[in-house]
Amino acid sequence: MKRLGAGSRHRIGLTLNGREAGGWAEPRMLLSDFLRHALGATGTHVGCEHGVCGACTVRLDGAPVRACLTLAVQADGRRVDTVEGLAPEGELNDLQKAFRRHHALQCGFCTPGILMSLDAWLDGRPAPDEGEIRELLSGHLCRCTGYGGIVAAALEAARAARAGDVGEDD
Amino acid sequence: MSTLGTARERVEDAALLMGRGRYIDDMPTAPGTGHAAILRSPHPHARLLEIDAAAALALPGVHAVVTGADARAWSTPFLVGVRQPMEHWCIATDRVRYAGEPVAVVVAEDRYRAEDALALIDVRYEPQPAIVDPEAALGPDAPALHEAMGGNLVSERDFRYGEPEAAFAQAPHTVTTTVRYPRNTCTPIECLGLIAAYDPGEGVYDVLSPFQGPMTLHPVMARALKVPGPRLRLRSVPESGGSFGVKQALFPLIVAMALAARKAERPVKWIEDRLEHLLAATSATNRVTRIEAAVEGDGRIAALRLDQLEDCGAYLRAPEPATLYRNHGNLTGPYRIAHLAVTNRVVLTNKTPTGLNRGFGGPQLYYALERLMQRIAVTLDLDPLDVIRRNLVAGDAMPYRAAAGAVLDAGDFPATLDYGASEGALDALRAKRDAARAEGRLYGIGLAAAVESSISNMGYITTVLSAEERRKAGPKDGAVSHATVAVDPLGAVTVTADSMPQGQGHRTVLAQVVGDALGLAPEQVTVALEHDSQRDPWSIAAGNYSSRFAGAVTGAAHLAAVRVREHLARIASQRLNCPAEDVRFEDGRIFGAANPENDLDFRRVASLPHWSPGSLPDGVPPALRETARWTPPELTPPTDDDRVNSSAAYGFIFDFCGVEVDRLTGAVTIDRYVTTHDAGRRLNPALVDGQIRGAFAHAVGAAFYEELAYADDGSFLSGTLADYLVPTTCEVLDPLILHRDVPSPVTPLGAKGVGEGNCMTTPVCLANAVADALEAAIPDLPLTPARIAAVIHGPEGAPPTEAPPGR
Amino acid sequence: MKPAPFDYLRADDEEEAVAALAEAGDDARLLAGGQTLMPMLNMRLVEPAVLIDISRLPGRAGIEDDGTLIEVGAAATQASLEAWPPLSARAPLLARALPLIGHVQTRSRGTVCGSIAFADPSAELSLCLATLGGEVVLRSRAGTRTLPAAAFQTGMLSTACRADEMVAAVRFPAAEPGAGYAFTEFARRHGDFAIVAVAAIAQENGIRIGVGGACERPVVQDWPPLAGSALDDALDALAWSLDAADDHHASARYRRELVRGLGKRAVQAAQETRP
Repeated sequence: MKRLGAGSRHRIGLTLNGREAGGWAEPRMLLSDFLRHALGATGTHVGCEHGVCGACTVRLDGAPVRACLTLAVQADGRRVDTVEGLAPEGELNDLQKAFRRHHALQCGFCTPGILMSLDAWLDGRPAPDEGEIRELLSGHLCRCTGYGGIVAAALEAARAARAGDVGEDD
Repeated sequence: MSTLGTARERVEDAALLMGRGRYIDDMPTAPGTGHAAILRSPHPHARLLEIDAAAALALPGVHAVVTGADARAWSTPFLVGVRQPMEHWCIATDRVRYAGEPVAVVVAEDRYRAEDALALIDVRYEPQPAIVDPEAALGPDAPALHEAMGGNLVSERDFRYGEPEAAFAQAPHTVTTTVRYPRNTCTPIECLGLIAAYDPGEGVYDVLSPFQGPMTLHPVMARALKVPGPRLRLRSVPESGGSFGVKQALFPLIVAMALAARKAERPVKWIEDRLEHLLAATSATNRVTRIEAAVEGDGRIAALRLDQLEDCGAYLRAPEPATLYRNHGNLTGPYRIAHLAVTNRVVLTNKTPTGLNRGFGGPQLYYALERLMQRIAVTLDLDPLDVIRRNLVAGDAMPYRAAAGAVLDAGDFPATLDYGASEGALDALRAKRDAARAEGRLYGIGLAAAVESSISNMGYITTVLSAEERRKAGPKDGAVSHATVAVDPLGAVTVTADSMPQGQGHRTVLAQVVGDALGLAPEQVTVALEHDSQRDPWSIAAGNYSSRFAGAVTGAAHLAAVRVREHLARIASQRLNCPAEDVRFEDGRIFGAANPENDLDFRRVASLPHWSPGSLPDGVPPALRETARWTPPELTPPTDDDRVNSSAAYGFIFDFCGVEVDRLTGAVTIDRYVTTHDAGRRLNPALVDGQIRGAFAHAVGAAFYEELAYADDGSFLSGTLADYLVPTTCEVLDPLILHRDVPSPVTPLGAKGVGEGNCMTTPVCLANAVADALEAAIPDLPLTPARIAAVIHGPEGAPPTEAPPGR
Repeated sequence: MKPAPFDYLRADDEEEAVAALAEAGDDARLLAGGQTLMPMLNMRLVEPAVLIDISRLPGRAGIEDDGTLIEVGAAATQASLEAWPPLSARAPLLARALPLIGHVQTRSRGTVCGSIAFADPSAELSLCLATLGGEVVLRSRAGTRTLPAAAFQTGMLSTACRADEMVAAVRFPAAEPGAGYAFTEFARRHGDFAIVAVAAIAQENGIRIGVGGACERPVVQDWPPLAGSALDDALDALAWSLDAADDHHASARYRRELVRGLGKRAVQAAQETRP
C-alpha cells in the first residue's frame, strides 16, 4: 500500500504528451493544478473545479477525464495527454485546422478541453453523426461560439480522418 | 487586394488551439508572489462585529490577512453615480449586505493554504433581516440596507416626451403588461483573476488583469486607492477567457487586492473560483417593468408609458445605474412613437451588485417592449408581423430622432423585416404551425424586433441626474477611441488600440483594417492589444464594452492608417514623379496610378522616416507613428429636456422562431430560429456571425435555463454550475442568420456593433413563441419546464381513495 | 476551491482497503471514480483525514456474468460497463440508462459502485438496481455481506453501508427471457440528474415499475398487466404515494405529473420491446 502524508510534497512522475515529466505535489493537489503550475503545461484550463464545464479535460491513459476531479497522485506513473501534445511540431493537426476554419473558438478558454475530448473520441469512431457529436460535446460548456462552429469542425475532422483512412487502404 | 468584408481566419487561433494562449493564470509571477483567497459573508445582511484572524495568521505559509480596517486605513469608499449617503468599500467594514460580500482577504504561499486559513478566521456577525424582492424593498417596513439613506430607493426620475397623456386619452385601445426580468449572468468560462503589486517607493499600484474597461472606472479605482491616476497602473493580459461585460466586475477586486499586496509586502495573485463567481462577481439587473401602449385599431402605437423598477443589488456599483439608462434614448426601440412617459426607479436589495452583462439593459427593455407588441396583436386580433411593421421607423425617415433623443443613424427597417420574413420562410413556418396544431400539438411562433445600440455616449448615464444637477457637474458626452499605427525600421507595421478583447478576434479585424488601408496582407500587420494605462493612449471611453469595437476602434485604426498612407504617399510621390493623390498601395507595392509597373517596395518607402528623417518631404514626421483619436460628434450631452442620443450607431434586428412545447414536461424545443441583422458594414462576416451565434446561445440560456436565484431570506440558490444551468450543444441549435446591411454614416468604416443584439431579441422572441404555443399568459423568464407545465397542466385531480394495485 | 489536506492511501488490494477503513473509521473516505466525491472535496463540503483510493483495485475492475447475475466490481467505470460487449443483450435496462448518466468525460472515471454508494435519489444506476432487484456486496475487515437493493438504500444520500465497509461490487440480475425493458427520464439538460426517471420491466404476467428522482429513494412496484385507464389509475396512485417534495427545480405536483406521463411512456415502451 502506498501512503502519502497530508503535509508533505511527494514526487509524481508521469508521461506527459509522450515525454517523461515529474514534479512535487501534496496528496490534495488537483491534476489540473499539477499540470499547470508544477509542470508548466498551462494549455489545460480551469473553469469550475467541480467537473461541469469541461475546460480541464485531458486524456488519462487515453480516456477523456476531468483533471479537476483527479488528484495529481492518481496520475502517478500514468500517461497524460494535453492540448500541447496535439501539435508537437507547431503544425496544427486536422482537428485544430478544422476549428480554425470553422471559427469554432473565440476566447479559446474552453477549446483545449473540447479538443482533448474530440481527440479521444474520434479515435474510436470513424463516422459519427451530428447527434453523437453533440452528445459528446454536451460535456463541455462554451460561452462564446454557440457551438455551431465546434460541431461543424468536429464533423469535418471526422470526415477528413475517414478520407485519410481510405487513402491509406488504397 | 482588400480583405475587409471577407471571412478571414483569425490570427489569434493557432496559439489558442495549441494551448499557448496567455491568460491571467498563465502569466509569470515574481518570486515570492502570494496567493489570495477571499473570506465571504455567509449572510445576506448582517452587522460585522468583530474579526479575529490570529489563528489564520499563525498558520505556516500565511503572509497577511486584510480586512475592512485596512480598507479604512488606505482607501475610501467607491464613488457612486447618484447623490446618496452610501458607503461601498472594497472590503466590508461594519456591515455586509449580500451573501458573498468580501469580509477578509488571506494572502498565503499558495491557494490551498490560503483556503486553509479562511477556515481559521473567526468573524462575529449579527444577522439582520434581508430583502430580495425589489418591490418589497420599497415598502415602508422593508429593512434599509444603508441606514443613512433611510430607505432603499436610490433614484427616481420621471420623463415626459411629447404629449403622452393626450395620446392615451384619445387612443381607442390601451394594452398593458408587466414583466419581471430575472437575474442572470453570462458566466465566461474563465473566472476573474489578477496579479496586483505595490511599489512603496513611488506609491504605485500595478495590477495585471483581464479588466476590459470601461476606463471610466479607472478614476473610480484611483480615487478609492487615494492615488493620482498614473499611480494606478492597469495592464491587460494578452488573452481573456471571455467576459461579455462580466470582467468589468474586476474593479472592486483590483482595489481590494492592491491593498492586499501593500499589506503583504509582495505581489498578490488572485484567481476567482467558480463558486465565488456565481455567488458574488456580478449580475445583470433584475427589473420589473410595467409597460403600456395607447394603440389605434390597426395596431399603431400612439404613445408608450414605461414604469421601470431596477434592482441593482446591495450597492450602486459604478457604472450603475447605467443598465437602466444605456438605452434611454432608444426606449421606443425601432418604432415611430412620438409620445413617451417614463418613470425610472432604482432600488437596492440584499443581492450581489450588478454590472455589465451582454446586452446591458437591452434584454430588460426588449423583454417588456416586445412582449407588449405580442400582447397588442393578441388583444386586437392582428397579425403580430403587421403590428411590428406598421410601427417601424420608415427607411426614408433616416436619420430618425426618437422621442427620447436617440438618432437612429441608418437602416431600412421595414425592408429588412420583409427580407427576413421572406428569406427565412415565415409563411412556411406558419403552415407548419397550423399543421402541428391540427394534430393537437403545442406549437407557437414568436417575433421580435429591436435596434441594437452601440458605442455608448459617455454622457448617457447623466440622464439619471436632473438638468440642474447636470449643469453643476459639467457636460459629459462623446466616446473617444484611440488607435496607433507604427512603422518600424524595416518597414513592418504594428497596430495598438484602446480595446481589451475577450476573444472576439479584434486583432484579426484590425490587421484587416490597417492592411486594407496600406495595401498589405493582414499577415503583414502585427496587432498588439495588451493595454498599459501608464503608457498607452486612452480616454474614459476606452475598453471593450457597448459593442464599440466594430464602429469606434476600427474607425480610429482606419484613420491612423490613412494618415500613415498619406505620409507614405508623399514620400513615394517624389520617387514616382507623380502627385501624392495618384499614389496607390497594393500587395505590398507602392506605385503611381498611371504607371503601375514602376513600383516601389512598401518596406523601403515605409522605413525611410526611421533612417533618413532629413530626406522626408515637408510635413512628413520622422519615425512614422500615427495615433488617431475619434469621437462621434453626434454624441452630445443630454439636453435640458432630457433627450439623449445614448449611442452612436443603431443596428436593426428582426427575429422569428417556431417552438414546440411538450404537453407532459413543459419542455420547449426550438424548431427553427431565424435572425436577420442590419449590422452596417460587416468587416469580417465570419466574426459577425460568431457574435450572433454566441449571443443567441446566451439568450437561449436566459430564456429557458439561467437564473441567479435567491430564497426569500436572501440565501443564494445557484451556487454551482449544476444549479446555474448553462445550455450545452444539446440545447442550442444553429440559428439561420440573414443580413441586410446598411452602412452607418456615423462610424468611419460604416460598421455598427453586433455582439449583443440577440441577447436583446432572442429571449423575448422565444417567450413570444411560447405564449403563442400556449395561447395563454406565460410566466416570467426563465421559462423552465416546471413553470410552463404549471400553465399547461391546470388543476390536479384529487388523490385516489382506492388502494393501488399492488406492491 | 481546493481540498483540505488529507493523507492519501492507495490500496493494492481489497484487504488493505478495508483494513485502512477500519483503522481510520469516520475520518476516511473511499475514492473510486471521484466524480461526486472530488467536487465535494474541492468545495470542502467533506474534509476527510484519510482518502483511500480504490480506483485501481486489482480484481475489482471487471464485469462478470454468472448466467443469472452480472457483477460489477468497485473499480469498474460506467464507461467500461457501457462498452461491455454483451450489455444490450444481457442488461438492456442498463444499456438504456448508462448513456443518460453525466457525460462521456465523467463516465470514463465515474464508477458503477460509486454511484450506487452515494445513493443520490436521482441516480439512474440506483434506480436500475432497485427495479431489477439487484444486490450490493459490502466488504469489511469482519467479512462480506450482501444486501438486496431495497435494504441498501435507506434514504436520500444514505445507505446501510457502515463506516468500516466498502461497496465491493453490485450485482444486477441479467435479462429474463420474454421480458421487455424501458428507461425514460426527464432532465433539464442532457446529462443532468433526472427530475423524474422511470424504469419499467414488462413480462407476460406483470409489470414492474421503478421511479427515481421524485422522492428520497427509488420506489418500485409490481403490478399485474395493465393498459389503458387501469394503467393510468395505477400510475396516478403511484404518483400520489411517492410523497414528492417541492424544491427549487420543480414542484411536487410537477413531479407527480411526470410520474404519470413518463410512467406511461416507460410501461408502454417496455411492453413493446418484449421479444
